[in-house]
Amino acid sequence: MTQRLWVGTRKGLFRFDLADSGAWNLGRKAFVGDPVTAVLPLADGRTVLAGLDHGHFGCKIQRSEDGGDSWAEVGVPVYPKKPESSEDFDPGRGRPIPWSTKLIWSLDGGGGDHPRRVWCGTIPGGLFKSEDAGSTWELVESLWNNPGRKKWFGGGMDLPGIHSVLVDPRDSDVLLVGVSCGGVWRSEDSGASWAQSAHGMRADYLPKEQAFEPDSQDPHRLAQCRDHPDRVWTQHHNGIFRSDDSGRNWLAIEDVSPSDFGFGVVCHPRNPDTAWFVPAVKDEIRVPVDGRFVVTKTEDGGKSFRSLTQGLPSGEAWDLVFRHALALDEDSIRIGLGSTTGSLWVSGESGESFEQLSAHLPPIYVIRFS
Amino acid sequence: MARIEFTTNIQRHVECPVEILLASTLDELLTAYFARHPRARSYVLDDQGALRHHMVIFVDGSMIDDRVHFSEALMAESEVHVFQALSGG
Repeated sequence: MTQRLWVGTRKGLFRFDLADSGAWNLGRKAFVGDPVTAVLPLADGRTVLAGLDHGHFGCKIQRSEDGGDSWAEVGVPVYPKKPESSEDFDPGRGRPIPWSTKLIWSLDGGGGDHPRRVWCGTIPGGLFKSEDAGSTWELVESLWNNPGRKKWFGGGMDLPGIHSVLVDPRDSDVLLVGVSCGGVWRSEDSGASWAQSAHGMRADYLPKEQAFEPDSQDPHRLAQCRDHPDRVWTQHHNGIFRSDDSGRNWLAIEDVSPSDFGFGVVCHPRNPDTAWFVPAVKDEIRVPVDGRFVVTKTEDGGKSFRSLTQGLPSGEAWDLVFRHALALDEDSIRIGLGSTTGSLWVSGESGESFEQLSAHLPPIYVIRFS
Repeated sequence: MARIEFTTNIQRHVECPVEILLASTLDELLTAYFARHPRARSYVLDDQGALRHHMVIFVDGSMIDDRVHFSEALMAESEVHVFQALSGG
């Protein structure tokens, strides 16, 4: 099967195809002009979902059943009627939480034994499940109605949202959900019940006595090791954290150079000690440190980090990589990254050096291999 | 009978032809229209059934105030326009 790289941008979805020669070629384009905020190729090799934000006209989901050659609109996550008596406010801003999908922020598959199951994370914080590859969606009410959700608040986005859904490769009923801002939530029964699981994370943006409050943590992105799922990495607003117990407890990684701030993280599928990040200046500045764009890689569980530079800009570059725009292909160990300035790079099979595929795409929100 | 017309920009995503329908309120008109064109509903209304934040509706040239219940009364030959607001998106 041809390897593909799906690139969701502010102005459309772009598919790059890997030729036998080793060259990545721009193939199909879709939704040109429209923001594509999430993309998910399913394991069958044909089905692809794309989350769109039409701005004035709301969020929609499109599905292709032929690898991106044609698309059709399918179901979209819809929130239930908000009770008139509901007191549902963002505690950080004091504004009402709208019970309406504001952004399709993440799409994730349901595990090998559920090939048509899809999890969808949204802003303002609803998690939705589809059992039919996006035709229909159901709000996971056990999480939406959990009293702990009332503590969630918006961070960089005005409203809280779910950006990461990890399905344990050993048991697809075991889920880890990352919330900005609201910590990490764990379910062991396919979403029927939930428990806060951000213990050990630290939030320097809060008073010291509240810094370790799990409900207030801002994990930017979660990544789990495929073959050793007890190892989970988090790129957090306040740095990098590592879990050795399947996301129940977290350890801060110290002394990360050039910066421990960033958005994305991916983990080697076989070696849990190896993970990649894209650092930036903490925290509202959000540019590469000294204008030097690098990828950082640890191969010893976070004791040390190397900056990967080969194939990345040698001079000043001010690219920023959003949380869903750093991706890994688990079969080839290729790393892909796409930036807010429309640059796209793919690594060779070792994840050590990079090739630039384009410097002229629209701002990139999400990339994914299939 | 009221005439309802949509912004041309929405037609890129979903077909919203002009219709002339029997309705005494804007709510009745929208309900009748979306019964004929169900895909159009979620492009105009949010999950709670309110007018999307960055949409506006004009009835006989006046922008509506009731964006939730659409209680505006319609005349026998009212003209309704569903537009994008000059915000967001």
